[in-house]
Amino acid sequence: MDERVMAVKISFKLNGEDVCINIDDHITLLDMLRDNFELYGAKEGCGYGECGSCTVLVDDVAVNSCLMLAPAVNGRSVVTIEGLSGPRGELDPLQKSFVEKGAVQCGFCTPGMVMSAKALLMAKPRPTEEEIRKGMAGNLCRCTGYTKIVEAVKDASEKEVL
Amino acid sequence: MRRLTYHEPESLKDAFALLEGHGETAKLLAGGTDLIIEIKQETKTPDHLISLRCIPELQDIDYSNGELCIGAMVTHRMIEQSKLIREKFSLLADAVDNLGSVQVRNVATIGGNICNGAPSADTAAPVVALGAKLVLDGPAGERQVNVEEFFQGPGKTALAAGEILRAIRIPTLPQGAGSCYIKHSRRKAMDLPLLGIAVIIVPDDNMVCQEARIALSLAGPIPFRAKKAEAFVTGKPLSREIWEQAAQVAVSESNPRTSFRTTADYRKKMICALIPRAAETALRRVNKAWMKG
Repeated sequence: MDERVMAVKISFKLNGEDVCINIDDHITLLDMLRDNFELYGAKEGCGYGECGSCTVLVDDVAVNSCLMLAPAVNGRSVVTIEGLSGPRGELDPLQKSFVEKGAVQCGFCTPGMVMSAKALLMAKPRPTEEEIRKGMAGNLCRCTGYTKIVEAVKDASEKEVL
Repeated sequence: MRRLTYHEPESLKDAFALLEGHGETAKLLAGGTDLIIEIKQETKTPDHLISLRCIPELQDIDYSNGELCIGAMVTHRMIEQSKLIREKFSLLADAVDNLGSVQVRNVATIGGNICNGAPSADTAAPVVALGAKLVLDGPAGERQVNVEEFFQGPGKTALAAGEILRAIRIPTLPQGAGSCYIKHSRRKAMDLPLLGIAVIIVPDDNMVCQEARIALSLAGPIPFRAKKAEAFVTGKPLSREIWEQAAQVAVSESNPRTSFRTTADYRKKMICALIPRAAETALRRVNKAWMKG
């Protein structure tokens, strides 16, 4: 096909800020976030929607950004791990729980884990352990054995403010 | 990933025009959780992707006049969270409960699941058991196809070039029906089924089977109704023994294959084990509904 395909202009909300960019149609949301916006929190683990390390929120629900094309977020809202912390860099209570409970080892899966947990808690502030495990089933961690991660999410759900 | 052009039409009419204009170089994009992977792997190489995300008439679950109508772009997550579907069409809720991850269910659609024609599609056996009709729309007009006739082989469906699946129409189950879908897989999450078993039972007051529907996926190249097994249980008291015998009949109707996932023999053994189990759950759900009433 014609290699001179023009990039399309899209605008969307990224971590609460209105942004606008020219992007090629075949670029995934994940690659755009990393290469064009220099947001390196979301990671490519498998690239096939199996591992969840690329998880971000689109319109407040968790998606695999490696399986979504960038132009598909035109007009929508995207939140990455970088968007969770406050204006002075203070951590989200959920992130604090991950730190306090020792739910991070190598850290590669952590941004995706936190974003899946965030989506879960936004939809269901007091999940049961089973609901946590089911809600996070699409996020693989090869270090922790998940126990500390589930504890961290439970801990965050018991805090007053989310 | 290969270069391509992404289109996001806002009406079916515009989608048809794009499909016609780009012919075989175009592919319809639903949730993309299968298609984007295939494009990355270059097993599919479309130059144009026509996303159905912004077409309003494909997005809703509607229940009226004794019929459930699910738009093709309804996500698995919407089905999972629909109280109506969980109560009245339990087996469909079962099918999406353990399909992929939350991230996948948030974007993957029932229409995509059906149109891929994958033997491992989790919604396939339930929609076959439910006797669903698919509304296919094209520039020449609309036609309706029984879902059983839609599946023609692994990856092959009755969807013609230029057509778009608009909705899945499902008639209400008879009063007092109970249903269940069992996905048999190696892991509890993030796995494809080795076998899919859908059972619908309608007992009478004396627990005699008035109607039974049994649909199997991965028990042959396409999902199918085990009609002989259904006939076997109809009119009989709904006991464990009867279901064990019915399962044997269903095995005789099945033709599973040995694949890298598992063997044909194992699949047959699991048909025997899981049909009675699915029937038991379906029956329990009937009782629950009666107690509520």
